[in-house]
Amino acid sequence: MREEKNTNRRKIRSYPIIVLSVFYAVLFGAMLGYICYYSYSNRQTLMNNSFNTRQAILLAQNSRGKILSRDGEVLAYSQETEDGKEIRVYPYEKEFAHVVGYATNGKAGIEALANYYLINTNVELSEKVRLDAAGDKYPGDNVVSTLDVTLQEVAYNALSARKGAIVVSNPKTGEILAMVSKPDFDPNSIAQEWDSLLADKSTDAKLLNRATQGLYPPGSTFKIVTSLAYLKDHPTDYAGYRYTCSGSFSVGEDSISCYHGQVHGSLDLFTSFAESCNSSFANIGMGISEKAFSITLNDLMFGQDLPLDVLYSKSSVDYSADMSNADRMQLSIGQGTTSVTPMHMNMITCAVANDGILMKPCFFTQVKSEEGKVVENVSFEKYKRLMSSEESAVLKKMMEQVVQTGTASKLKGLSYSAAGKTGSAEFNSQSDSHAWFTGYAPAEDPEICVTIIVENAGSGGSYAVPIAKRIFDAYFGVE
Amino acid sequence: MELYVTEISKYVIAFLMFLYTLEAFVAFRWKTEKKRTGLYIRQIILMFAVQIACFIQIMARTGKPVYLFFFAFQIIAFSSVLLLFYVVYPDGNRLIINNSCMLMMIGLIMLTRLSYDRAVKQFFIIVASFVVGFIVPEIIFRFEFLKKFTWLYAVMGVVAIGIVLFLGAVTNGSKITYTIGGITLQPSEFVKILFLFFMAGALDSAENIWQIFLASVVAAIHVIILVLSKDLGSALIFFVVYLALIYISTENVGYLAIGLSFGALASVIAYKLFSHIQVRVQAWLDPFSDIESTGYQLSQSLFGISSGGWFGLGLYGGTPKSIPFVEQDFIFSAIAEEMGVIFAVLIALVCVSTFIEIMRLGYFLRDTYYRLVVCGIGVAYIFQTFLTIGGGSKFIPLTGVTLPFVSYGGSSVLVTIMMIMITQGIFMIRTDERYEAIERMKRRRENERRKEY
Repeated sequence: MREEKNTNRRKIRSYPIIVLSVFYAVLFGAMLGYICYYSYSNRQTLMNNSFNTRQAILLAQNSRGKILSRDGEVLAYSQETEDGKEIRVYPYEKEFAHVVGYATNGKAGIEALANYYLINTNVELSEKVRLDAAGDKYPGDNVVSTLDVTLQEVAYNALSARKGAIVVSNPKTGEILAMVSKPDFDPNSIAQEWDSLLADKSTDAKLLNRATQGLYPPGSTFKIVTSLAYLKDHPTDYAGYRYTCSGSFSVGEDSISCYHGQVHGSLDLFTSFAESCNSSFANIGMGISEKAFSITLNDLMFGQDLPLDVLYSKSSVDYSADMSNADRMQLSIGQGTTSVTPMHMNMITCAVANDGILMKPCFFTQVKSEEGKVVENVSFEKYKRLMSSEESAVLKKMMEQVVQTGTASKLKGLSYSAAGKTGSAEFNSQSDSHAWFTGYAPAEDPEICVTIIVENAGSGGSYAVPIAKRIFDAYFGVE
Repeated sequence: MELYVTEISKYVIAFLMFLYTLEAFVAFRWKTEKKRTGLYIRQIILMFAVQIACFIQIMARTGKPVYLFFFAFQIIAFSSVLLLFYVVYPDGNRLIINNSCMLMMIGLIMLTRLSYDRAVKQFFIIVASFVVGFIVPEIIFRFEFLKKFTWLYAVMGVVAIGIVLFLGAVTNGSKITYTIGGITLQPSEFVKILFLFFMAGALDSAENIWQIFLASVVAAIHVIILVLSKDLGSALIFFVVYLALIYISTENVGYLAIGLSFGALASVIAYKLFSHIQVRVQAWLDPFSDIESTGYQLSQSLFGISSGGWFGLGLYGGTPKSIPFVEQDFIFSAIAEEMGVIFAVLIALVCVSTFIEIMRLGYFLRDTYYRLVVCGIGVAYIFQTFLTIGGGSKFIPLTGVTLPFVSYGGSSVLVTIMMIMITQGIFMIRTDERYEAIERMKRRRENERRKEY
């Protein structure tokens, strides 16, 4: 009896129905999971899209939140004028112009980066009810930036009236401690000055954040890159490198001379780097295998996207197997068509200082509601390894020697130990070269990484290194 | 005060909907309708609770008394449907009816918020469809001879969509609608039902591979006409239904594989031939690069889904009207924006629950003809839901079909209600089969007992 029933069942029931049912159930599971994931992880970019009308709802309902420095000082806040309009106030005026950015006439800097948080609110429901009754807007959430007011002030003043840029960061976390770009503008009056800022056709380009968007010839700071390529080619015998500098280096008719015609004499890799000998590095560059050079450029993100959330320019380098000897020599010493942004150079330096690992640069660490409730903590993110830890150790040693015996000797013998590389980038034969310095301190356990470029100033050792010293002094509390 | 109401009701609505959805799946623990009675009553209570909570939210935001009457009518209408169904068809499946009503209620709430006039229109269409639909289960149950008109269904279907191809009005680049006497119809919706009956008849009576081949040719004609009308969504639904039915009737994965590879080949050819398909695929891959024209719909839909967060901006709190065709093709995005992603996901799960119940019905059915019809309905329903939700959320390219029960659209609502009523008729056939089986068993036992004496 029971058996008969069972066979009967087997005949009528059809497994394709089960297959189809399971298939669609799984398909829906995948789709709904995707919807949750996509809408949550892209909520900021979608909200910031200028075609998204939902932003207007938030703006009508909330007033824009504050941007705070790392120790809680207000860098930007919103105020209601007598005629009911909301205006943005920047108490430090020009000092934080590029990094904090602006929120009228488009958005830039942290104002653009943290826009989503600034226009959303997380105040308590009871507070909202109270504000509703009073006819006030809800205060938007506040963003705690990574910026340090003291360092920013020192950097800002140190650059004085010159054009250029400074980036100060923490190599272990990727936090941007200070970022200066000059010439600058006053974000308080940007709406009124907008047309004249845009109309300005001079080389000032005040709105351009030179730290992330300014493309400069790297000059001798590029020797960090050339050295890394050499280390990849000679992982064990790099210490055996020897060269005798006679003031210039020639291959056929093409030649490279040292800065101001100096003659460096007998050199190894370390002294070539410390004294920034162009002839020796042209020689090194000619000897590096094509594979090692292109791997190095690739690893160091040349011509590629940087892990950076603010507007930036891609650094560019022309390298190919069949490039001329002259171009190859120019490339090796950071001249020619190569161009980098100060921020990119800072990232490379950070990676050297941090055992080869680049942390993703970050501009804010926390979002808080007006009442102080933490809305979101931003965690520090490892971006990727740019070089092996052995390679970074050698480069660190080389950069220390620059301070001890080389071109950055103004940083020698201080209460802290610094390391770095200078550069004097020549971009035309008439004007003074751009002064570069990129380095970090303390040399044994880097906490702060500084990159400086001063346009048309002269040599890096004379014009950029003193600025670095002032920033290091301020950081380590040296009077 | 108003703020407390709108803020707190958001969470209440999501929670009630969660309980409802939970019940919709817990129901599968019991096979018979009798054991589910308590669960159905809980579901109905939750259903009205969701509706009332949404209504309170709407009143708090708008304060328009006219909505009060509208909602009163809705409550009367839906409770009559649920009650009448229980009285007239005690052997019907109430899970499917409950889920359908829940989805229609949510659709009406969202439509009220988006466009009151359309909500009222939709409401009357729903009521009219139910009035007509109530006789459908009886027809299916009684008139066995409906099975015989297989080829008539095919001819009617092809003619109906053929007329649209040659004479139909062009809406948004596609020839989908046809107007008779002031009423605009979307024949592809109605032909869906004819197609199901045709396929069931053709495949159920097929004795050799040539008959299956013939059925395939006729199915292909349907699909090609729809592709030429640029009604891609319907074309896909027809194709998928065809595949599913071939698979179920032959139980042969080979046919499924052949069909799928044919479909893939046809898609590639169609992609190469038609620029509007290329545009859709491009817009799907990167809607933001051409946000001003081809990517506009999809980006606005994505803005909607993501801006509400888990619990939504509350009814009237967002701007779902910035999505073009929000009432028809993107109602899911509007729901996600204002009622939250969680609520939207729960709605999709209610659709899945309905689908599983329909497929279960097919699984336990003895009559292979009706098994094909009911599984075809299930697959058509879930696949259309998949197309519209997936299309609006960048999971698959956009095809522009409605979300059954929820979206605005007369033909869509009417046909979906018809299909649900057909499943009810088939459910009664199954119940009858079970009675018969019980009878047979009793008789056999009696015979055996007699022999013993």
